[in-house]
Amino acid sequence: MTQQQLGSFPGGLKLPGHKKRSTQTPIRKMPISKCLILPLQQHIGEAAVPIVEVGEKVLKGQRIARAEGHVSVCLHAPTSGVIKAIADHQVPHPSGLTAPCVMIETDGEDRWIERKPVADFRSLSSHEIRQRVREAGIVGLGGAGFPSFIKLNPGVQHHVETLLINGAECEPYITCDGMIMRERAAGIIEGIEIMMFALQAKECIIAIEDNKPESISAMRFALTANKTMNEITRIVIIPTKYPTGGEKQLIQIVTGKQVPSGGLPIDIGIVCHNPGTAYAVGRAIRYGEPLISRIVTVTGTDVTHAGNFETLFGTPIRELLDFCETKRQPDEPFIMGGPMMGYNLSGDDLPITKTSNCILAGVDDVAIASQPLPCIRCGECAVACPASLLPQQIYWYSRSKEFDKTEEYNLFDCIECGCCDYVCPSKIPLVSYFRFAKTEIMNQERERRKSDIARERHENRLARLERERQEKEERQKQRKAALAASKAAQKKAEHTETASTSQTTAVKEEN
Amino acid sequence: MSIFRLSPPYLAGANHVTLQMMQVVLALVPAIVAMVYFFGYGVLVNITLAVAVALATEVLMLKIRERPLKPFLSDGSAVVTAVLLALAIPPLAPWWLTTVGVVFAIVFAKHLYGGLGYNPFNPAMVGYVLLLLSFPVEMTTWLPVASMSQQPVDLIMAVTYVFTGNLPGALSIDALSGATPLDAMKTQISQLRTPEVIMNQPLFGMFGGKGWEWVNFWFLIGGIYLIYIRVISWHVPVAMIGALFVISSIFQLIAPDLTGTPMFHLFSGATMIGAFFIATDPVSGSTTLKGRLIFGAGVGLLTFVIRVWGGYPDGVAFAVILMNMLVPLIDYYTQPRVYGAR
Repeated sequence: MTQQQLGSFPGGLKLPGHKKRSTQTPIRKMPISKCLILPLQQHIGEAAVPIVEVGEKVLKGQRIARAEGHVSVCLHAPTSGVIKAIADHQVPHPSGLTAPCVMIETDGEDRWIERKPVADFRSLSSHEIRQRVREAGIVGLGGAGFPSFIKLNPGVQHHVETLLINGAECEPYITCDGMIMRERAAGIIEGIEIMMFALQAKECIIAIEDNKPESISAMRFALTANKTMNEITRIVIIPTKYPTGGEKQLIQIVTGKQVPSGGLPIDIGIVCHNPGTAYAVGRAIRYGEPLISRIVTVTGTDVTHAGNFETLFGTPIRELLDFCETKRQPDEPFIMGGPMMGYNLSGDDLPITKTSNCILAGVDDVAIASQPLPCIRCGECAVACPASLLPQQIYWYSRSKEFDKTEEYNLFDCIECGCCDYVCPSKIPLVSYFRFAKTEIMNQERERRKSDIARERHENRLARLERERQEKEERQKQRKAALAASKAAQKKAEHTETASTSQTTAVKEEN
Repeated sequence: MSIFRLSPPYLAGANHVTLQMMQVVLALVPAIVAMVYFFGYGVLVNITLAVAVALATEVLMLKIRERPLKPFLSDGSAVVTAVLLALAIPPLAPWWLTTVGVVFAIVFAKHLYGGLGYNPFNPAMVGYVLLLLSFPVEMTTWLPVASMSQQPVDLIMAVTYVFTGNLPGALSIDALSGATPLDAMKTQISQLRTPEVIMNQPLFGMFGGKGWEWVNFWFLIGGIYLIYIRVISWHVPVAMIGALFVISSIFQLIAPDLTGTPMFHLFSGATMIGAFFIATDPVSGSTTLKGRLIFGAGVGLLTFVIRVWGGYPDGVAFAVILMNMLVPLIDYYTQPRVYGAR
């Protein structure tokens, strides 16, 4: 297919990629850890609810927690073993909090539970595919971890034109998407076909940054092997610029359209998925394998043998880092995700979860913690902003806690890509200010809603009391009126009686 | 691994305030060399004195305001303010003139508003305007270019005059000084001479004032370098020079005897230093790209208006300060359309 004219987005950065560091070896399998720690919440939404008992033997792929509520997915045992505990454990979250986890002592046998592969996915309904994807515990593997089955539902009001596979991988250092496209292209195409079927999408666009020629040719080659898909799929090569992988920016580049502020891509007929997610969907339907592992990039200046590793969920990050050999001291902090949007963690027992795309130990040109200078209004942040915001204005109002003003300057359209921070000559941590403002506004909103409810309840109560009082009065009045009326009627009756008698007497007298 | 920031992004960009300020000073060097060549060593004495006074004042103000010395002293902003003001002052100015201007700029225009980043007006221009209004005689005692003067100003002579007010032999400052080309143009037009006739006088060069056109040329080159290395954006200089060119061209066509040619306006006085080094001050200027075009165009137009109809030969400083006042308004009405705005 011919390459269409590409759009572009304002701002963005040309960043050194540092990708070669972790692409020199093929994807390797991480050895099974002795103990796996599986947080019950590895996705956006409600945490899963455990359905196993401590001491129970589980098989590889066996469901150990069920989805709770709509926005939730199941969790499975990544290998065979025994449930050692269901308890709180530190989880990979910037807050450093603990959360309920299922601990499995592995037995090394890696024995699968019986799987139910579906040879022809067309024999399933769209709903059944979503159900299976949900049962398989699949979430977006790009890093956010939103339950994928929801994004495979076109819904009633919407009509999905395009399935957009986001293979941009614009953050420096991360290579897990690039590597899975290189090595498992056919499996990704298989998954895309199923996704397209579930979404009833007309076309598929696979967008890959031009710094990944191996991934592009592998995907092209896999596509030629699938005739039906080849006709409706385009591989779009996009220029390497951060943050092209941002969903909204990618859509703008590939289609020239913009997702309406506060809306979702589906509002303009587009659904975005990550290639790793597509691969997982293919495995889940075609082979009946739930999501129990992912590709994790382990890289950074402190890592001796950087690379990509197919890692079971629950594997302690320490083991992964040890496996790669690092110059890092025990318990030294590392970055989960990329250097632009990841977060730093410390704690060697933290497990790999469904959203752990990259473990980064040591960054070239690392930003040193320093006292920022005042904003000199140079406007570089506004030039770099891919959403065309005015970061220094939002910063100003975030600092002075004038949150309504931050919203006026469209704070909530900020995608927290960090471009403004990167270019700031005063080294102001702008994104942190924006996150602070967002959280404050959401808290206020919650408080307001709570007080609104309380006020409403109070007002309703007053109204009810008033109504009851009025009703009472009304009833009394009615009763009084009725009484008066009956009295009057009685009187009248008496009166008429006397009147009529007097009349008759009068008549009689006349006669 | 070193202690990195506790919040993303963890990748550091090379951009830094100090770096930017030093690059601005670097870009001024060719024009400074040209000014020394044409107006003598007084220029260097002014700059040295101004920088020393600026740093001392900065230290004093930071101490009084209980702010850390190191980050703010090394940001380079005081140096830039001092150099810009020194370049705007006549090359043989008494030491107290420079000192008063610099102290006022740093204390009143900068620190009393909250220091770096908070000043609504360009500090160097505030200092300049104060001097111009308070000491009009000293501020207009400019030297003609060296080739026209019988007595070139050497370093010893410059230092002696600046600090003692004495000149060697029977020389007086009045004998050395003369009107600037902008001044001469304005005065003689009011005496009903035509610009063409005036331009033939030895004070004038190819299309601007003799010497001044080269100084402006080197400010232009320095400014283009700053745009090239992305310390400033092209918007303000292009808008300012463009507006000045357009309005002077219009009046060239409809009233040729009113003022000098468009090229005279572009290469005289403070046009180029104003366009690339003063109106581009980020703190007191507009931050949006559209706003910068409006800001620059406003400075260009006001400069012309003041030069032609105002009481002063040059108008860049007043124009910049007047436009500084409009910045909040301009910024408010030139917000870019945000991604996905309905």
